[in-house]
Amino acid sequence: MRISKAWIVATKDMRVLLRKRYAIYSIVIFPLIVGIGLPLVLRFAGARHGGLHGTQLLTIMNAFSFLYLIGATSLPTVLASYSLVGEKIEKSLEPLLAAPVTDSELLLGKSIAAFIPPAAALYLSSIVFMALSDLMTHDRLGYSYFPNWTIGIILLLMVPLAAILSIEWSVIVSSRASDPRAAQMQGLFIVLPLAAIYVASEVGAISLNTTTLLIISAVILIVDIILFFLSTKSFQREEILTKWT
Amino acid sequence: MITVEKLTKKFGDVTAVEGLTFKVEEGEIFGFLGPNGAGKTTTVRMLCCLISRTSGEAKIAGYEISKEADSLQIRKMIGLVPDNVGLYEDLSAFENLDFYGKLYECPEGRRRENIERFLKMLGLWERKDARAGSFSKGMKQKLALARSLVHEPRILFMDEPTANLDPESAKTVRDFILELKKQGKTIFLNTHNLDEAQRICDRIAILKTKLLRIGSPEQLRESLTRHKTEIRLAQAGEALISSLKKVIPNKIEVSGDKLVIDVTDPDKENPNIIAAITSAGGQVREVTQLVPTLEDVYLQIVKETK
Ligand SMILES: Nc1ncnc2c1ncn2[C@@H]1O[C@H](COP(=O)(O)OP(=O)(O)OP(=O)(O)O)[C@@H](O)[C@H]1O
Ligand SMILES: [Mg+2]
Repeated sequence: MRISKAWIVATKDMRVLLRKRYAIYSIVIFPLIVGIGLPLVLRFAGARHGGLHGTQLLTIMNAFSFLYLIGATSLPTVLASYSLVGEKIEKSLEPLLAAPVTDSELLLGKSIAAFIPPAAALYLSSIVFMALSDLMTHDRLGYSYFPNWTIGIILLLMVPLAAILSIEWSVIVSSRASDPRAAQMQGLFIVLPLAAIYVASEVGAISLNTTTLLIISAVILIVDIILFFLSTKSFQREEILTKWT
Repeated sequence: MITVEKLTKKFGDVTAVEGLTFKVEEGEIFGFLGPNGAGKTTTVRMLCCLISRTSGEAKIAGYEISKEADSLQIRKMIGLVPDNVGLYEDLSAFENLDFYGKLYECPEGRRRENIERFLKMLGLWERKDARAGSFSKGMKQKLALARSLVHEPRILFMDEPTANLDPESAKTVRDFILELKKQGKTIFLNTHNLDEAQRICDRIAILKTKLLRIGSPEQLRESLTRHKTEIRLAQAGEALISSLKKVIPNKIEVSGDKLVIDVTDPDKENPNIIAAITSAGGQVREVTQLVPTLEDVYLQIVKETK
């Protein structure tokens, strides 16, 4: 495994992806809404009744932070399915596989390409989100809520783990799909359990405290490890070349 | 350079290639001919270590295709022009080649030099910054050819490289292939174009799941058991032809005042045929022994195995 080879594949893939308008929209829109739109919600929601207050506000801010996890599970899926199914559609796998790269270098390269742009967009967005949210809520809370342990765990631990999950899942799904949109739709199923947790937290059924988050992280990590083996198994040159096309 | 022994590939119940045994010498243009579904692409894919073999073995410059460690060495020294061009349509021509150059660890300076040289030779240099997706089929085919050469491989596998080209571009590519041969490269060429094979290949193998025949174009032509004799008459009237058909059993084709007669042994049969024509009142003006083309050989061989 040579990281340099994986990086060559990754830069090529990112170059291709960043020329697809649809791919750009899909990584920019979500971070934009969460980063700028939601702090405004914090400011103006329920304004006629004096706005959100106290624990209510904190619950919502935690739930909003959790959205970064949802983003991390869904955005890389879009790119991963593009870069995997895209090779199938352009029939570019044959010359690529004939070059001196190993399957794992290719897989790593494609994973990096699906990881970096969404991660960059989400991290940038999170900085804006934290700053704006503090600005909007400081007067009501009397202190700056962000940064805190909750969003710290989400951004630094859960977002990378979830992005890896999303990419591995896409690899497995893409090996069966011949259309990137179909692969994306199936890829997005992985978001459902997290969306359920999000809804549960919004309605206050569970509390997204650090313990809960660490438990969820551990679960994602375990699934990551399982999917790692499944995805590398489904990404083997003969399979890819003869069944993917 | 390439040694293939009893190479077999099965896809489930389908046997794509069976018991192939042949050698390709260094610096040779080796033509691989066969009808659709004969297993040409499958063979090339096995030799390029893209798919595994079911049984048998092949060696490229001494490296075995079935060994994982060897396959990486093989891939470093070969270039492949696949049957589908497989370009990145959103990348420019230059970016496509540059990516492959990097992948093959071709150093920056040489990479740029090669890209410029090959794009210029194939008449694509002016369009180097245009999206590959905006290219015509023929231009894409040429770009795929350039891509297979950026890392200066010793051996080239080409799967129908002139299939989409107009006659002029096809000639450019053929001349280009001959130029590569001059540089000492070994070329394995899959093709359906018999005329092309006859013109540029040193040796030709005819395949239909199994290897049917192998030899130089001349050897293959000489191996032909059916020949054609062309006889130009003063006049090829209906009556003459029908009385001729009664005396000689050979297949006769008439076009204008020419007869083309299938013969197996021209030296023996031609005098009899001419005698028959003369006695039927015909007047022979010219007798030509038609030189069989590779197409004749090919069609006969492929028909025989049906
Ligand atoms: N991935 C695959 N799965 C199943 N069967 C396959 C596969 N690839 C090839 N075959 C079968 O193997 C046989 C040989 O196919 P191949 O593509 O090698 O032929 P070919 O000589 O290249 O034909 P063409 O002239 O049409 O390109 C065919 O019967 C084909 O159906
Ligand atoms: Mg073929």
